[in-house]
Amino acid sequence: MEALIHIDKLNLYYGAFHALKNVTLTIPEKAITAFIGPSGCGKSTLLRTLNRMNDMIPGTRIEGGISIGGTEIYSNEVDVETLRKKVGMVFQQPNPFPKSIYDNVAYGPRLHGTTNKKELDEIVETSLKSAVLWEEVKDHLKRSAFGLSGGQQQRLCIARALAVNPNILLMDEATSALDPISTLKIEELAQELKDKYTIVMVTHNMHQAARVSNQTVFFLNGEVIEYSDTEKLFSNPTDQRTEDYISGRFG
Amino acid sequence: MNIFQDANRKQIADRRRTDWLLHILFVVATSIGVIALCALIIDILIDGISRLQPDLFTNFPSRKADGSGMKSALVGTIYMLLIMAPVSFIFGVGAAIYLEEYAKKGRFTRLIQLNISTLAGVPSIVYGILGLALFVRLLALDRSLIAGALTMTLLVLPIIIVSAQEAIRAVPKSRRDASFALGATKWQTVSRSVMPSALPGVLTGVILAMSRAIGETAPLVMIGALTYVAFLPNGITDSFTVIPIQVYNWLSKPQLEFKELAASGIIVLLVLLLLMNFSAILLRNKYQKNV
Repeated sequence: MEALIHIDKLNLYYGAFHALKNVTLTIPEKAITAFIGPSGCGKSTLLRTLNRMNDMIPGTRIEGGISIGGTEIYSNEVDVETLRKKVGMVFQQPNPFPKSIYDNVAYGPRLHGTTNKKELDEIVETSLKSAVLWEEVKDHLKRSAFGLSGGQQQRLCIARALAVNPNILLMDEATSALDPISTLKIEELAQELKDKYTIVMVTHNMHQAARVSNQTVFFLNGEVIEYSDTEKLFSNPTDQRTEDYISGRFG
Repeated sequence: MNIFQDANRKQIADRRRTDWLLHILFVVATSIGVIALCALIIDILIDGISRLQPDLFTNFPSRKADGSGMKSALVGTIYMLLIMAPVSFIFGVGAAIYLEEYAKKGRFTRLIQLNISTLAGVPSIVYGILGLALFVRLLALDRSLIAGALTMTLLVLPIIIVSAQEAIRAVPKSRRDASFALGATKWQTVSRSVMPSALPGVLTGVILAMSRAIGETAPLVMIGALTYVAFLPNGITDSFTVIPIQVYNWLSKPQLEFKELAASGIIVLLVLLLLMNFSAILLRNKYQKNV
């Protein structure tokens, strides 16, 4: 697997708080990488640097570099809106807009200038199919997205993210608000999507990381303690702290 | 075993009595407001109902009470609303969007915020003085429709800004995040995600501010609009009158017939206010259903 994202000696500060310490990491293309670690360890913060959502938090300062496919994303030439189009994100709580299912999926393409009705119809259909939601909603695309169940709403949010044709999909604890059956559906979906997309997921659930990811990164207090193939990390960790965490001694 | 045997009967009776007395007190407190309002409405209805005839709406005010109407005041109020509503919407909502979505949260923003909240409580006559100095004298608009409408706009702006800010702030952050994460710019997020959710709340605030403005008299008296106007304004620079001023004019006359006319004018104003507040409630209900 080829590395798509290179993170090089990244330091991030929220005001005086040093949230990410000297993080160096590579993330492989078309695979699932899971970030695990106890609350407040910096895993979500690192995820949000990848599409620069942290830019909006006042007092955030960043040192070091992140390159995606060879482009330094924090350089001045990078257009943040284009970056976010290429690096989609799914949040912890399903957050559909108070609009119809169709308009939710079409929101992104419309932002970037697609207005042709036929084109939009096509994008909506393929996106909903990719998110395995099409069969459930194809007959009532005009209904409010709020009428869907939590798990369906989250798959709608995935479809919405896919509609702008990203390369990378960030999932920030995307299943933590869902029931076990919906969680399983999202996990299966992630497995299918990794053939086309590079997926980075934050999870507070070690078992989920073990089940679905190819590579796992273990964080503690803003540092990357260890990262390797998921199988190796869970069966034969090199660092004592990783072993303590995955065996449930803390966290 | 009797689980009630150690109950302190006297203490229980005392607590019950306090409870009952306070209950009565609160009912009285509530009734005073309601009774006062009912008394006012009944009193005005008795005085004014006989004058509530087509003449009232089709005739201009005249020296004789019989056949005297308030056509110029009614039309003046509507014209003023037509100028005031869009102007105060644009500036008020614009300011609210700036403060909530664009301004950096610093000392300067807090200072502006404090000023706006204070302005919302400034007595309306002060706005009259400002309108007199700024619009009537400095911009030489005289005591015209536009000068009156702009003065009223100043009066309602802080109310609209504060209520629009509240509506915008009530839109969950997750909805903004969803939009930004898809590559939306600030304005795309504000116009496509935030404002559609906030709009019913914003409009409610605007309508309530408008209903405050059409009942205001003091600022217009201050800019010199307290005149006898027996014609319809031809343009925005014509002089004008509004319902509360017409009522004030009628009340200042000694004859009983004019008092009745004033009462009927108040009824018209009250109905107008009720209609506006009712539409605000309808909007708010629609809003609650959508969220």
